[in-house]
Amino acid sequence: MSSPNDWVYTEKVKEHFMQPKNILMDEENYKADGKGVVGNIKCGDQMMMAIKVDQAKGIIADCKWKTYGCASAIASTSVLSEMVKGMTLEQAYHLSPKDVAKELGNLPEHKIHCSVLGDKALRAAINDYYVWHGMADKVQKEAARIVCQCMNITDHEIEDAVLEGARTFYELQERTKIGTVCGQCKDEATHMVETFIKKHFEK
Amino acid sequence: MTKRLVYLDHNATTPIHPEVKRAMSEAMDLFGNPSSLHEFGRKAKSLIEKARETVAEFISADSEEIIFVGSGSEANNTVLSMLACPSSRCMCTHKRAVGIITTTIEHPCVLEAAKCLEDRGFSVDYLKVDQTGKVDLDQLKKTVTEKTGIVSVMMANNEIGTIQDMKTIEKIIHEQGAMFHTDAVQAVGKIPVNVRELNADFLTISAHKVYGPKGVGALYIKNGISFCPMIRGGHQERGRRAGTENTIGIVGLGKAIELRKIEMTDEEKRLLGLKAILRKGLEEKIPDIHFNGHPTDCLAGTLSVSFEGAEGEAILLYLDLEGIAVSTGSACASGSLDPSHVLLATGMSAERAHGTIRLSMGRQTTEEEIRYVLDVFPKVIQKVRDMSTAYSRRKS
Repeated sequence: MSSPNDWVYTEKVKEHFMQPKNILMDEENYKADGKGVVGNIKCGDQMMMAIKVDQAKGIIADCKWKTYGCASAIASTSVLSEMVKGMTLEQAYHLSPKDVAKELGNLPEHKIHCSVLGDKALRAAINDYYVWHGMADKVQKEAARIVCQCMNITDHEIEDAVLEGARTFYELQERTKIGTVCGQCKDEATHMVETFIKKHFEK
Repeated sequence: MTKRLVYLDHNATTPIHPEVKRAMSEAMDLFGNPSSLHEFGRKAKSLIEKARETVAEFISADSEEIIFVGSGSEANNTVLSMLACPSSRCMCTHKRAVGIITTTIEHPCVLEAAKCLEDRGFSVDYLKVDQTGKVDLDQLKKTVTEKTGIVSVMMANNEIGTIQDMKTIEKIIHEQGAMFHTDAVQAVGKIPVNVRELNADFLTISAHKVYGPKGVGALYIKNGISFCPMIRGGHQERGRRAGTENTIGIVGLGKAIELRKIEMTDEEKRLLGLKAILRKGLEEKIPDIHFNGHPTDCLAGTLSVSFEGAEGEAILLYLDLEGIAVSTGSACASGSLDPSHVLLATGMSAERAHGTIRLSMGRQTTEEEIRYVLDVFPKVIQKVRDMSTAYSRRKS
């Protein structure tokens, strides 16, 4: 049963929202080893993660952030900044949005994309660190693959649409205009929607 | 210590007036079916008719021009869906109509009903609004033709408070012989509404926006205008809306309107004063803010304000932690990620729309509450901006 004290969010989200940890207050003087910004204010979310790396050990020594976004975006970045401290770059790189959501005791379905942005920002920061420290070869490119040739829609766009709520091919089509010309990609795209739902929403 | 609570979301819904509560509680004992011929039924019936008279008189209508419905949304859906009734028995004489016109800033219940008509083959035109939320009258003039069945324009907007120039709009519509509907849910009980002067064919009223109960509204249907019910199967409301009447709710609506008659004028003056204090205070204490809606033709209690570099839901929830209830311009908190269609329609950027808050005051709002809000608000905005990528970047 829901009570007036229940938020749409869990206690853990509320806790990180009320007292966010590791906000980057003094951007000028914080000597970050790597920095990544993802998202777009137009879409309502933007996140920036900055990391300091203990180069000898190859671990993340410190992590600070800034976020423009809703409560779950703020909480996701806050909790993520706590999680990664002490992790190796490799471990941190492979954190998934699910790990963040799990740490927060879950997010409402339509807010899952907030945790996705957090971990994208973190990977961008790690890649940035690699580039600036002579390890550009370690940067893992996440190449997008075009699924719908007619409308030029990639697997990344399909994944984003699923994260924002598309559950069927038609809902995907409403958001992306995928398959509105020749329609050949329908089966593949339908399958991808199912796969991404499994990836992000199955517990 | 009990937590301090300040309610500034009156455009979403209002607390029930104590006298409405009393009237409804008394009506609960009159359980008879208003359609029954015996005394139990007659007693309930007479309460309903009294409420009907009150509502009618308040907007200068005749009693038989008012039907009671389940909500403002139902009234709006009834009016729009009427056009698409396929029945040959339907008395609606506007079957020749192939088009409807509405605006880009309507409530979703109008927009969705319009979309449904579009799917059924009607052409639907959506009127643009300017920066202040006023409907583009030139576009209306160009769009409305003898094939237009109905034009639906909301009288006062729920998000930004802009009040339309209804008289001008009415003239343009009626010149082409189209029917004229207005969703006056945010207007009736807040500003004077006179259907005779307005010459409206249909007008939607809701109880819970003006200190009445939820689940009841009214639809004004001009005498002589063709009409087709959405809910059929009973002679209630003269066959225009079937279903046993919601006696308690209708009594609540009647009482709420009766009280509006007494309280409205002074209250609106008082709210204008409070809004001036609120606006000035926010302006002085918080940099980089913008006020939305029309500077003068605006609901007295409504203030829509955008904060650069701060996201609306975060602002809303930090204010909530301090006991202040507001609403976002966007529907983000309620499940959609898209910014408000109303704000975007005024030409606002998505970025600014995401940082928009609506404060809507009401009869119990006090100056002391506004002072408290002015004390808390700057701290909340500072907090959100401190952690925002959008604000630091803009400033550096």
